[in-house]
Amino acid sequence: MRIAFPFTAIVGQDDMKLAMLIAATDPGIGGVMVFGDRGTGKSTAVRGLAALLPPIKMVKACQYHCDPRADKSSCATGCVHRLEGEIPDVGEMATPVVDFPLGATEDRVVGALDLERALTQGEKHFEPGLLARANRGFLYIDEVNLLDDHLVDLLLDVAASGENVVEREGLSVRHPARFVLIGSGNPEEGELRPQLLDRFGLSVDVKTPDDLAVRVEVVRRRDSFDRDSAGFAARQAEGEAAVREKIVAARGRLSDIETPDAALEWASRLCMAVGVDGLRGELTLIRAARAVAALEGDPKVEDHHLRGIAVMALRHRLRRNPLDETGSSTRIERAMSDLFGS
Amino acid sequence: MSTQAQTETVPCAAWPEALLIATLFAMDPHGLGGISIKGRSSPFFDAWLDLLKELLPDGAPLRRCPVQTGDDRLLGGLDLATSLALGQPVVQRGLLSEVDGGVLVLPMAERLSSATAARIAAALDEGQFQLERDGLTSLLPARFGLILLDESMGPEESPPFALLERCSFRLDGNGLGLGDLAGDGASLEDIQRAKAALPDIGLQSDSLVEAICEAAQAFGLNSARPALLCLRVARMVAALDGRQAATLGDVTLAAQLVLAPQALQLPPPPEEPQPEDPDQQPESQDEANPAEAEAEPAPPPETPPESQAEAEPKSQPNPSEVLVDAVKSALPAELIAALGSQVKPNRQGRAAGSGGGSMQKSALRGRPIRSRSGSLKPGERLNIIETLRAAAPWQKLRRRPQPDAAPASGIKRIEVRKSDFRIRCFAQPKEATTILVVDASGSSAFQRLAEAKGAVELLLAQAYVDRSRVALVAFRNEAAEILLPPTRSLARARRQLSDLAGGGGTPLASGIDTALMLALAEKAKGRTPRLLFLTDGRGNIGREGKAGRAVAMADALLAARAVGLAEIAAVHIDTSPFPRPGARDLAEAMRAIYAPLPYLNAQAISAI
Repeated sequence: MRIAFPFTAIVGQDDMKLAMLIAATDPGIGGVMVFGDRGTGKSTAVRGLAALLPPIKMVKACQYHCDPRADKSSCATGCVHRLEGEIPDVGEMATPVVDFPLGATEDRVVGALDLERALTQGEKHFEPGLLARANRGFLYIDEVNLLDDHLVDLLLDVAASGENVVEREGLSVRHPARFVLIGSGNPEEGELRPQLLDRFGLSVDVKTPDDLAVRVEVVRRRDSFDRDSAGFAARQAEGEAAVREKIVAARGRLSDIETPDAALEWASRLCMAVGVDGLRGELTLIRAARAVAALEGDPKVEDHHLRGIAVMALRHRLRRNPLDETGSSTRIERAMSDLFGS
Repeated sequence: MSTQAQTETVPCAAWPEALLIATLFAMDPHGLGGISIKGRSSPFFDAWLDLLKELLPDGAPLRRCPVQTGDDRLLGGLDLATSLALGQPVVQRGLLSEVDGGVLVLPMAERLSSATAARIAAALDEGQFQLERDGLTSLLPARFGLILLDESMGPEESPPFALLERCSFRLDGNGLGLGDLAGDGASLEDIQRAKAALPDIGLQSDSLVEAICEAAQAFGLNSARPALLCLRVARMVAALDGRQAATLGDVTLAAQLVLAPQALQLPPPPEEPQPEDPDQQPESQDEANPAEAEAEPAPPPETPPESQAEAEPKSQPNPSEVLVDAVKSALPAELIAALGSQVKPNRQGRAAGSGGGSMQKSALRGRPIRSRSGSLKPGERLNIIETLRAAAPWQKLRRRPQPDAAPASGIKRIEVRKSDFRIRCFAQPKEATTILVVDASGSSAFQRLAEAKGAVELLLAQAYVDRSRVALVAFRNEAAEILLPPTRSLARARRQLSDLAGGGGTPLASGIDTALMLALAEKAKGRTPRLLFLTDGRGNIGREGKAGRAVAMADALLAARAVGLAEIAAVHIDTSPFPRPGARDLAEAMRAIYAPLPYLNAQAISAI
């Protein structure tokens, strides 16, 4: 397997890295959408994150690699061989990160009838697809806006429900498919429908760094990686391990993080001020702030946690006036300093 | 690569450059991404390609990928015949993995859809791709370089930017005749030797990386890609010349080859434009008169900028300045003209079929989306995999021996019934272009023009939502003018509109003619044009620019009839205070929807 460019070696792009760390800490955040110029390290970051994440424990016999601690009823088809009370054979695997290749056909995405077995043995057998493989991991889609709408709908639906329901060719299968959806896109290629954008938990905008020194560093690191990937990764290993521990620790702390009423009020006031429809924005805001508190080792959610993630949690939920050139991010920043001072 | 080419006619300098590019590209097609070659297929290209073939390693594949190549051929899929014969799925490789280790040629690259471009770009980045199609899953190697044949005619067309920016080099085949093609490239042995040395080639000075980044930034190249490619090329040049480390000269040459053709802007003028160093003199002259500098041939590769010789031993000038100047001297003339006039060349690379335009379901053309059951009509295509899937569950049942059937011959046949048929559905992007034709004459008083602008802004907002294009034609004084060629850039449309001044005569006929011309051009590109006239319909300037209401109106009516005959959807919004029959006649001739609006109401217009 080829070595991925280390996550910690990515220069700048702090918002994108933070959003991905939040999603790694709390997979329920609802996915991350990364918009931005080409060549800003969007796909590099996802692949780097994959390499960094700790391995997961799974039921060996299950084709959906279910969590051994989970209730077996959550997996309708995969863990059927597990008996009540039996301790399953447990294995370990790297956190799955599935690349959604452009041009993938629907049968390979949701899974379909195993053609080989059906034709040769006349057996009806379900062959899991990409969604099954991504269970408990990440599903990365480059250029979401180039994907057919019906596929995007399907993906978001599965990502939200955590379950893939297949009803085709006489098959009726449901299996767990809990994954963090990470989409990337270039706004020049066309916009995403607002109702799709809203389904992503966080949205970040990556820009090419304007600072020459940063840019030189980007080129230098990339060049040194291209010439000796193994050596480069080895030099970065210590930093990678530190981030991995941070994520593991944050996951453990997450359920103990307190959310004071003041934080809830802060979130509601901001959402009202910028005119975000629905509760999804508020919920994401709180949830992301809790993940940040957990990552930073703080016991409860405070204003600065909320402030740090307000833009990425809300910017894609604002009603947009195409003639208003003020960006959504600016509007949120402005509302925050109006409400809470700078 | 002889230096004598320098003394001959202008385009000849391009050939040594083309030779060098072929040599470098042959060293590592995948590492360098690709080459974009402008110009319709020409003897230049054929000769160049022959040369490249000789330089590529033995057995390296070189394949052409037609524009309309579908996913099954591009990415691969199920090899049906073999699969059925063997009774197990067999992968048929697509073009992307068939050219592994070689070169993929994309003719008519400006017509490539962004969907196809994204697939190619993804494979290019990874050197491999994951096939997830037809029930198959397979990781296929795909390390290849691209050759984009850019046959675009105007600045509006361009190969997809996703591919263009991954190409290290640009070549222009226009204007080169067979006679110019003298000289040979490096030999195969040179390339072998250089390739072997490449991993150990260092950089003479660490500051060269900064110089490259600074030069890239100065020319508006904000992505890290051009800088990285430039660095890579510099190392290759050093390896070819047998040096252990890339020097400023190598970097300079690389910058001229890689950065110059991609430049998006001219660097800001230096703060102190009076160079005291006499050595700098020739270059500062170039700066003063960039267009003239272009008339001279670009420096041939073997005598790259004088900087190479002088920069190192003498009091070192800032390497980035050397680089910026060198790149500037290598800028193509037309690019300088375009950059100088602040009109950015079209780098969006919006090829046909790009964007998120609405899709039109079609049985015959476009991108396959899904399949449906039903009987096969002529021209429709069967989705064989889906059909087999539909048939599979019934095989046991259908194979039950029939009383009158012949005994099983041992070959297991797959029984497919009509009800199993699954037909491919295709989707085709349907793109619309709204052409706004605004009467900016004196008779449409200033007040009305302001109202019209308001209405148009609302239309623009709608166009933004639809992802359709907008063009703007205005007419006043003697003639009509295309203020804005079809674009999706709302910001540009707004700017043009707010700068629009009113006054003068009403060359109505000319306005209609211009709009029709534009509409037909859009139609030829496969888009659906819509015309929207905002005028009081009181023309007083004829087609020849002569004043006179009678002539003007007759001309206008004639022009309007042409619109009607061309069957282009049109709306005529009458902006005059009191609707008059003349305007209605005009709308009828155009077969346009006529909307008299005694008092313009921006909201009402956008509702039409």
